[in-house]
Amino acid sequence: MSKKIATREAYGEALIQLGKENPNVVVLDADLSKSTKTYDFGKHYPRRFFNMGIAEQNMLGTAAGLAAAGKIAFCSSFAVFASGRAFEQIRNSVAYPKLNVKIGATHAGITVGEDGASHQSVEDIAIMRAIPNMTVFVPADAVETAAAVRAAAAVDGPVYIRLGRSGVPVIHGADFEFQPGRAAVLRKGKDLTIIAAGIMVARALEAAEKLAGEGIEAAVLDVHTIKPLDVEAIVRAARETGAIVTAEEHSIIGGLGSAVAEVLVENYPVPVKRVGLMDTFGESGKPDELLEKYGLTAEHLVSAARDVVARKK
Amino acid sequence: MDYELLEKLQAKAKEIRRHIVRMIGEAGSGHPGGSLSAADIVAVLYFHTMRIDPQKPDWPERDRFVLSKGHAAPVLYAALAERGFFSVEKLSTLRKLGSSLQGHPDMRKVPGVDMSTGSLGQGLSAANGMALAGKLDGRDYRVYALMGDGEIQEGMIWEAAMAAAHYKLDNLTAFLDHNRFQIDGPIREVLSPEPVADKWRAFGWHVQIIDGHDIRQILSALEEAREVKGQPAVIIAETVKGKGVSFMENQAGWHGVAPKPEELERALADLA
Repeated sequence: MSKKIATREAYGEALIQLGKENPNVVVLDADLSKSTKTYDFGKHYPRRFFNMGIAEQNMLGTAAGLAAAGKIAFCSSFAVFASGRAFEQIRNSVAYPKLNVKIGATHAGITVGEDGASHQSVEDIAIMRAIPNMTVFVPADAVETAAAVRAAAAVDGPVYIRLGRSGVPVIHGADFEFQPGRAAVLRKGKDLTIIAAGIMVARALEAAEKLAGEGIEAAVLDVHTIKPLDVEAIVRAARETGAIVTAEEHSIIGGLGSAVAEVLVENYPVPVKRVGLMDTFGESGKPDELLEKYGLTAEHLVSAARDVVARKK
Repeated sequence: MDYELLEKLQAKAKEIRRHIVRMIGEAGSGHPGGSLSAADIVAVLYFHTMRIDPQKPDWPERDRFVLSKGHAAPVLYAALAERGFFSVEKLSTLRKLGSSLQGHPDMRKVPGVDMSTGSLGQGLSAANGMALAGKLDGRDYRVYALMGDGEIQEGMIWEAAMAAAHYKLDNLTAFLDHNRFQIDGPIREVLSPEPVADKWRAFGWHVQIIDGHDIRQILSALEEAREVKGQPAVIIAETVKGKGVSFMENQAGWHGVAPKPEELERALADLA
């Protein structure tokens, strides 16, 4: 867990590889290609790269047309703009006709950092998972991102891939098997399960380690696919450990925590604590400072874990 | 001019108009005004200009049509049925539960519909994408888009206009159905997009202005558009909302209202 790579970096590299293997892959960007890391795809395959300028709605609509003509169109922008500015284009021109448009949404969450709240998407998972036909991937590290890009190309229909700006530890080995829609058990435990996605997966592992020191055995589930959600794995985690903490760099409203709570309340109610942004916008600051201020550290997960374990009968 | 062709296209346009009022009347809801104004353009595209095969609706080499003003779905359904993509009888299922003929076009349900539309402002971008794909694949198909004049109040249209010119999409021809009305009233009163032609020119498009009900002008404008190289072409078609039905013409009130049975009879008499 030493090397840190931003998932957007892994995204850019994965696209180049994918572009080599599949001539139908095209990439669109909205004037952020150096940040979203699609720039190098454009260098490798200039005919298959379209810079659409600062016009996200048109980018998504154009991608829909490209997909309707047989292309697999990857669109990139910051998550705020991809999911927000172009929401209705995604809903009506992409998801409703179930077209092969893949949205690489980078700079998600508060770890965008200094740009502040206007650029920190804390509601994109909620928006995207509410759209019928949409698949939602939230990779935890570079390995998972590369696998998610490949899996996205194979999905018949739209996919939203949530990526980050800052470097995150590589937690998966090269032998990691990414199964879309199937959560990965990263650690077994009997007292509770921390269900995490994205950058919070590494923090969940860290928290589990700390909890072990206190005699609390926490399992860790990496839910890289928020939709379709691995209901079976979530219910199993509740049944086997009796308490759940969810962890996401996203609002506690509508994201992973909500999705997990929905599953549990209908299938296997156990004490749950959702760790995420408490219905608030972020602000400018360094990524680590923001994670601390908004309650998204391993220490916060540890105290949430103690809380749910105490609530168990 | 080939008078036989002219007569055939005029007859098709009339038949399309009859289908429009009938199907909307039967559905009890729908958009007659903007469907009728576009009937001549759609008749020319589907019965003369476009390279299509009703037996192969997904033929990769086919020309594409994007009805950006998706609420005019009846004009497209009528043309597709008349052209043999599905049975004319099916038109009477418009807007009914379980029908493939949704209130706005669904490309996954109706053979021959190239793009799902209905949310205004989105169709031109999709047409751009199809045109880009055509160039990328070295295919010589052409893409046609039909926009409403109220629709161009959407900012996304101008994003698409900019991009089509930037990418030199000369395999794209857009029609602007300039019938001068939108749901709330005359466009100049709601929010004027004028001067329309100057705007398209300024965005780098080849612009023609025609009478959108004159088959000959539609044919020659399409011919000229095909010859344009290095830029997209827009044909601003001056039309009459509700064209062909005396009591619907130039009435904003007939934007989204279905004719009652006795009104339908009068409409069909006008279109006899």
